[in-house]
Amino acid sequence: MIRVVLPFHLRNLARVNGEIEVEVASPVTVCSVIDGIEARYPVLRGTIRDHGTLRRRPFIRYFACKTDFSLEPPETVLPDPVVNGTEPFVVVGAMAGG
Amino acid sequence: MSKVRVLVGTKKGAFILTADGKRQNWEVSGPHFAGWEMYHLKGSPADPNTLYASQTSGWFGQIIQRSDDGGKTWNPPGTKPEDLMSPDGMPKGQSNMFVYDGQVGTHKWYDGTQHPWEFKRVWHLEPSLTDPNTVYAGAEDAAIFKTTDGGKTWKELSGLRSAKGHLWQPGAGGMAVHTILLDPKNANRIYIAISAAGAFRTDDGGRTWKPINRGLKSQYELPDPDAEVGHCVHRITLHPSRPDVLFMQKHWDVLRTDNAGDQWTEVSGNLPTDFGFPIDVHAHEPETIYVVPITSDSLHYPPDGKLRVYRSKSGGNDWEALSKGLPQKDCYVNVLRDAMAVDSMDECGIYFGTTGGQVYCSADSGNSWNAIVRDLPAVYSVEVQTLKS
Repeated sequence: MIRVVLPFHLRNLARVNGEIEVEVASPVTVCSVIDGIEARYPVLRGTIRDHGTLRRRPFIRYFACKTDFSLEPPETVLPDPVVNGTEPFVVVGAMAGG
Repeated sequence: MSKVRVLVGTKKGAFILTADGKRQNWEVSGPHFAGWEMYHLKGSPADPNTLYASQTSGWFGQIIQRSDDGGKTWNPPGTKPEDLMSPDGMPKGQSNMFVYDGQVGTHKWYDGTQHPWEFKRVWHLEPSLTDPNTVYAGAEDAAIFKTTDGGKTWKELSGLRSAKGHLWQPGAGGMAVHTILLDPKNANRIYIAISAAGAFRTDDGGRTWKPINRGLKSQYELPDPDAEVGHCVHRITLHPSRPDVLFMQKHWDVLRTDNAGDQWTEVSGNLPTDFGFPIDVHAHEPETIYVVPITSDSLHYPPDGKLRVYRSKSGGNDWEALSKGLPQKDCYVNVLRDAMAVDSMDECGIYFGTTGGQVYCSADSGNSWNAIVRDLPAVYSVEVQTLKS
């Protein structure tokens, strides 16, 4: 199972608390994790990446193991600590405020 | 005894205000969807407990929410009751797929070049007059979508963008279908308005549309002041008893048409300024209309710091200021286009919300006003339902 941290508003939308876990077949990539999130929580479709184009929404970032995967190709394989559940895959809303 | 339910969309959530027919003591429920921009909420005329809401975010995109119990509980359409029953139940509806039909095409960008259509959000939801599961959605970038399954799936009525869409251009607030008026006497006729493209009408249920902007003059906004499209129409409204008579608050100018938009005539008359956003019609007097004059396109607040609604009982031209109970000094709020509504109690109630977070109610057709709430986030939209209890 892949551990995923969602931002506050998406946790509320999906009505979950804390981290979620999603089942993802190997190889575990950025795209397959998002696929897993959307399969488990259909209400989140269109909120992380756009319908149709499947492009990451502009103010969403993907972090894992202290690395920014936002600009990496969707088929990028995630690090072993994410795959074995030691570290979470983190979906982040871009910083707002001043 | 009737009661009223006021649906308020704000920059940081939705609020539901309820009162009995006296409209003096109010209960406030909310924030619903706290932290999200709630562009618009509206109830079905066919089933007043069925409400729809547009929930949107620059981060997370568009969500449509539906309530079947008058706003007590909400779910994205498509969520089944059993989806929520178990301890880890969750909404499973996916109601936010707004995809333009066919070739996306381009419209005019701020700099005059062509720019592809990009869906951003739903500004306005207009439930059918007869079917609680049919709803029209006005979107940015400008387009109209329709659902016939209660909001689960949406299909664009793409004929609208064929009405010279390549010449439409966003204003400062974006380019959106912000007004949808359903003709109660002709199910095939719908009016819509777009900033900044103008007003449009369909007479075949949404398959084809034509611009209805003859008589509008935009001498400071367009190279051709009489252009067929491109006008920044802020709001249109009608009285259900006379759906061929429309009233319009344009960027500048207040206008009326008596022939379903084929020809418009300016009725700004003695208004202190004819710039503004909302316009509405009294529930029982089809020639009594209301606007909120705003200083100018550069100064989006009331003239002289005095918040005044203006009422015409003659369908325009002759206007009177209504100020009793409204702040008459140091007031610099705006009233947005979808933030005025009327109830249909015997003594018509008028409501409006401000960017300063106040929602005002007049229970006597505008003669006097009271603030229902004063400290909400900036108000985007106000709708009211008159309910039989």
